[in-house]
Order: sequence, then structure tokens, then C-alpha cells
Amino acid sequence: MREVWAVAGKDLRIEMRSKVVASQVLPFAVIVLVLFGLALDADRGTLRSFTPGLFWVTVLFVAILTIQRSVSIETASSAFEALRLSGTAGWKIFAGKALAVAAQLLAIEAVMLLGVVVLYRSSFEDPVLVVTAALAATVAIATAGSLYGVLAVGMGVRDTILPMLLLPILAPVLVAATRAFDDGLSTAAVNGWAWCSLLACFGLLYAIVGGVAYAVVLEDA
Amino acid sequence: MDIAVEVDRAVVLLDRFPALAELDLTLPTGSVSLVQGPNGAGKTTLLRLLAGLATLDSGSARVLGFDIATQRRQVRASVGMLSPDAMLYEDLSILENLTFWAALGRHETDSVDAALERVGMTSVADQSVRSLSTGQRRRAALAAVAVRRPRLWLLDEPHAGLDQAGRTIVDDLVSDAIRAGATVIVASHELDRVRPLATHVLTVAGGVVHRCEVLNSGVANA
Repeated sequence: MREVWAVAGKDLRIEMRSKVVASQVLPFAVIVLVLFGLALDADRGTLRSFTPGLFWVTVLFVAILTIQRSVSIETASSAFEALRLSGTAGWKIFAGKALAVAAQLLAIEAVMLLGVVVLYRSSFEDPVLVVTAALAATVAIATAGSLYGVLAVGMGVRDTILPMLLLPILAPVLVAATRAFDDGLSTAAVNGWAWCSLLACFGLLYAIVGGVAYAVVLEDA
Repeated sequence: MDIAVEVDRAVVLLDRFPALAELDLTLPTGSVSLVQGPNGAGKTTLLRLLAGLATLDSGSARVLGFDIATQRRQVRASVGMLSPDAMLYEDLSILENLTFWAALGRHETDSVDAALERVGMTSVADQSVRSLSTGQRRRAALAAVAVRRPRLWLLDEPHAGLDQAGRTIVDDLVSDAIRAGATVIVASHELDRVRPLATHVLTVAGGVVHRCEVLNSGVANA
């Protein structure tokens, strides 16, 4: 596990120095939440009932930027090649990169949750469910995103292809996370824990597929 | 005589262009080889092949006893490559970069201190890579190779961008590597600088080794 922590720690240390996510991605998330509020004409009832969907759509936008940043850390310094040269197992590099993305997304989600309480007047009826769903969804987003981020580099295409590759894969996560939040925020009568279990399955599936496929994809990055 | 590098009829295609065209090469352990040739001759591709970074399209190659096609990870873990790109994280300090690469290679932190001292960068170890000059980056990149304590050093134009002191450091690192039992391959246009260190001179052109000259001088024979 030493290599996993080394990769994750390196990415988080770079973020602490550069503050790209904190100074650019986080404000973007807040702006999107505000814009949703303006677009829905500041109707509190509508905003409150749509909060789960608005929240997770915003998280997906933010995730794309965070993943692009995670990839650009390596491409900017030709470090993908150095990572390959290190002889470290691909799954360890994948796990470290995904862990760092997940940590940054969770921090942003925490601020966004505060944002929906303030801006949309949402309230947490089941905070444990909300936190569990957020954790499970974030694992799924970070693992799928880390794999597709390096895949986009390997394809030699521009950054703009990443949303087109990633968003269809994350659509089921968006649906499940929204339903789980519907229960957690009491905006719809659904079984949130069942959706949460589904999220955990997605997270596990993406983590396993990513761990196996990353080494192959990294060869072309 | 132990063989460090054994390449047999190696073909490497880059966008269907044969960067290496049925190249044959055998180098003993502990040798210092100067790879010379014009731009586009295949020098860098040869180094990348031996590092396990370029894919072999046909032929075979063994590096330090490992098959390059089937034991790529073992090959990579045993070699250190200095390429034209520094391969360092700009937002991290030199020390943080070296500590990271040491952690990935499961090397002890004393290898970081030793590498920093060897390239004369102990006093600026906490400086971020972003703030370094071209020559300092080159030295830091050399330290990142040294930290891995490789058994095969692959140096692509190692003297480029370095001042006189830096060039001497490169030469000393090569000598240290040979004393430690490693093998060194240097691709360079600075023939006068590298030739005195070399035991073998390989002339590469058109993706093949045209000539392999074995010298009686060189740091390994000194």
C-alpha cells in the first residue's frame, strides 16, 4: 500500500501548493448552484424538490474538472512515462490517483451540501444516508473518472472528449445518487438505502475494472 | 562474461516508420557504451526499448536477464532513464520529487540524501522545481535517476544544458555507477566528452547498429 499512499499524497500535496481545485473548481461548483437557483426563478419549493438532481449534476461537472486536473498533473511533466518506468503495478497507481480525486471531490461536496442548505433551504432528514450515498457515489465517480482520464490521454484526443466518454458511464451513478438523496433529503418517497447499495455496487465494479484495466491503458498514455 | 543487454533483430515501428530496423546488439555487464549517430538515427528509440517503454514489433531483447516483451515491469524496475523531459512535478520541491520516486521504487530515504549530495543540490532541496533553472532541473532529473540505484543507466544527452560543474557530475555519476556494478548506455552528440568514459562505441544509423567499436580505455577498464 506504500505506493498507493505515495501517489495519493503526491497529488494532494500538489493541490495544496497549486490550489487549482480550491481556487477554480470549488468556486465553479458554487456558481453552478447559484445559476440553477436563478434559472428556476428562486422558487424555494421547486429548488428544494430538485436539490438531489441539481446537486449530483453539479458534482459530475466538478468531477470532470477535477479528473482533468489529476491527469494534467502527469501530462504536464511527462510523468506518466516516469510512472511506467517506476515499475509500480498499474492498480496501485490507479488506486492512488482515484483516492486523491475522491478526497478532493468529498471536500467540494461538503461545501456544496452547505450551499444547498443555504441557497435552496434544503434539510437533511437522514444525514447518515446522505453521507453514505455521497461516499459511495464519490468512489464510483473517482474510479471511473481516473480510468477514463488516462484513457483520453492514451487516445491522443483533446481534453474535451473526457465528458463525452465519462458522462454516459456515470449516468447510472447520477440516477442512483439522486434517488438516495431524494430519501435522505425527503424530497421523494423512495428506499434510499436500496439505491445506496446500488451505488456501492457501481463503486466496487468501477474500482475492479479500473484496477485491472489501468495498467493496460497507462501503456498508451 | 555476464550479458546486460542482448538485442536480436529488433524492430520498433513508430507510426509505421521503422525507428529500429532489425537491430542487433550485445553489451556486457559493467560496460559504458556511447551511442552516437545523426538525429533520427534511432538512438533514443533504442534507449526507450531497453527501458521497456517502446514496444518491440518483432525480434527479441533481454535486459539484465529479463525478457523485454514478457517481463517489462521487472525491466523497468531495474533501469533508470534520463530523458530530455525532466519528468519532475513542477509544484513539488526537489526533495519531495525524489522522496516520491524513492517511495514508488521502495528505496530507503538515505538514497534521496545521497542522490541530492551527489548532484550538489542539498542546499536547494526544498526549492520547488518550478523555480529551477534548466541546468538545475537537469541535475534534479539526474538525482531522480540516481535515487533508483538502477542496474542499467540509460542517459539521453546527459550533458545537455549543464555547466562545467554539472558535466563533471554526470561523468562522476557514470563512474560511480560502474563501480557499483551497473551498466551505462549514453546517447550523445558530445563525443569528446563521453568517449573517454566509454568501453564501447555504437554507431547507429537508419535504425541499426552500423558499427560497434570496443575500446581498451574507458572508466570500466580504468
